[in-house]
Amino acid sequence: MKTRRRAADSPESERARWSLRVAQPASDTILVVLSGNWRLSEKLPSPAEVWPQIEASPGVRRMAFDTQGITGWDSGLLTFVGKIVAENDRRRIDTDRSGLPEGVRRLLALASAVPERKDARHEGVAPSLLARLGIETLSAADKFRTVLAFLGELCLGLLKLLRGTARYRRVDFLIHLQECGAQALPIVTLISFLVGVILAYVGAVQLRQFGAQIYVADLVGIAMVRQMGAMMAAVIMAGRTGAAFAASLGTMQVNEEIDALTTLGISPLEFLVLPRVLALTAMMPLLCVYADLVGILGGACVGVGMLDLGGVEYFVRSSHAIALRDGLAGLVMSGVFGALVALAGCLRGMQCGRSSAAVGWAATSAVVTGIVLIVVADALMTVIFNIVGF
Amino acid sequence: MAGGTPCIEVRKLTMAYGSRVIQQDLDFTVRHGDIFIIMGGSGCGKSTLLRHLIGLMRPAQGDVFYEGQSFWGAEPETRERMLQRFGVLYQSGALWSSMTLAENVALPLGEYTDLAPAEIRDLVSFKLALVGLAGFEEFYPSEISGGMRKRAGLARAMALDPEVLFFDEPSAGLDPISSRRLDDLILEVRASLGATVVVVTHELASIFAIGTDAVFLDGETKTMLATGDPKVLLTEASQPAVRRFLTRGEWKGEEKHGA
Repeated sequence: MKTRRRAADSPESERARWSLRVAQPASDTILVVLSGNWRLSEKLPSPAEVWPQIEASPGVRRMAFDTQGITGWDSGLLTFVGKIVAENDRRRIDTDRSGLPEGVRRLLALASAVPERKDARHEGVAPSLLARLGIETLSAADKFRTVLAFLGELCLGLLKLLRGTARYRRVDFLIHLQECGAQALPIVTLISFLVGVILAYVGAVQLRQFGAQIYVADLVGIAMVRQMGAMMAAVIMAGRTGAAFAASLGTMQVNEEIDALTTLGISPLEFLVLPRVLALTAMMPLLCVYADLVGILGGACVGVGMLDLGGVEYFVRSSHAIALRDGLAGLVMSGVFGALVALAGCLRGMQCGRSSAAVGWAATSAVVTGIVLIVVADALMTVIFNIVGF
Repeated sequence: MAGGTPCIEVRKLTMAYGSRVIQQDLDFTVRHGDIFIIMGGSGCGKSTLLRHLIGLMRPAQGDVFYEGQSFWGAEPETRERMLQRFGVLYQSGALWSSMTLAENVALPLGEYTDLAPAEIRDLVSFKLALVGLAGFEEFYPSEISGGMRKRAGLARAMALDPEVLFFDEPSAGLDPISSRRLDDLILEVRASLGATVVVVTHELASIFAIGTDAVFLDGETKTMLATGDPKVLLTEASQPAVRRFLTRGEWKGEEKHGA
């Protein structure tokens, strides 16, 4: 026989909070006597404390409970008794539940009413390296096919749009135009102005050594118009609008809104993706021109304020330095960037899984994909423009 | 109406979104051990009332008392302690989708108890077994059906052995048999754990099967019309709207009572 009590910490909690006693009234019967407060907050004992008694007497065939002394209980008692019952079943010992409080008996019966689904457990075996390689390759091929299908369907949608049969709401398109255009102006202003200032500073430090400060105008003008205006506007829009596209389409995926469109016979590509891609592709060149101008203004502020150049002088120098084809190159680039950012955002949104975590992942992935595409496309186009002399 | 002591008291409660009043002058008491039904037509503010009871929305006027203690008049820490005694089952389960079922149920246990991980694991398995989901510990919410999500939500709501369990439309989206099983589960949990249960529903079958007390909210007059045991209200309520609701609109005694 053995009794365990929870040690009392202070005199006023002198009465044992719980106690566990294992008795053996007959050679084939074990009696588990529980009393006191069996709540989770009381640091309950482990059911394993009952095992030694069972193991000590191999003839035991039956286990009974005496719970008359229990003053309170919660799930703690349930899991304790539940584990003992499971262990008894394993050892082929009869459990006599009649001594348990009625609520415990009923809840235990409820818990065992639906048998555990063995096939439900996930397999824990990790595939071999070769198998993983194969799985990765197949999934990469699969992803590539999804992207192709996405682009293909979008092209079909575009054709339909040209023929005037595409299904989308014009008001959606206008709202996207507003979101991709006018509402992006404040942040584009701030960033482009600062980029102009930075370029001018970097140039000024070097050019001042030769007394060639005036060429700051050339440097800022050409850099902004050919590259930085388009690039910075695109990066801002990737973070701002690309992520928003992915998040909104992803949430629609989670809420089955996209399924609702499909079952209505409306292609989600036409209805949701096409207006977004067109809006951003149309707005990006405009944002680019605006970014160019604000960037040059930033450079001029440095030129006039720090290098003692005249405002008119700076303007004339800039207008000489920047050729029309520089501006055109920037415009072409920004149009391409706009399309890429919108495609990355919409693609990730449409591929989104059906959980809130997947929406977050889609938005992150949209920004990363967008920026990678921007930089790669920028490098490619710069080289190509150089070769064809544009 | 076993005459238990008051558990939740709603006093002169007015609920509003901005200037749009949803319900006003709500005044009722939920007693210990009750299965209290909040019923009424769609859009009358049942779920809004629930959101007020579980502290998600602040009343425009009036207050809610738990065990005689004002909820909105209390300090934030006291309020948090009160909330720990509640378990809430949301309409579609509201499981955290990036966590497995086991992690969902374990989160409140890990936050509010000092149990060892192994003990938490045992408890989680037991709670899941209780709602008939033994063996589904490692599943994500997106991998199981809507009814299972709801039951997993119940396992999470019961994780901390709450004193009050709130259910928002427990039978919505369930087949009649699953819905009946959920009702049985609610009855069982109340009987064995002695919890008080508050249910928002408009399922007549559930209302009569489990309800011991109820409040009827009316969307037109924007206030409560009746309180009492739904089975008694069915035959004795003097308000035509209540009788019509409880008989699926088939009660035709309006003229007799209205005159």
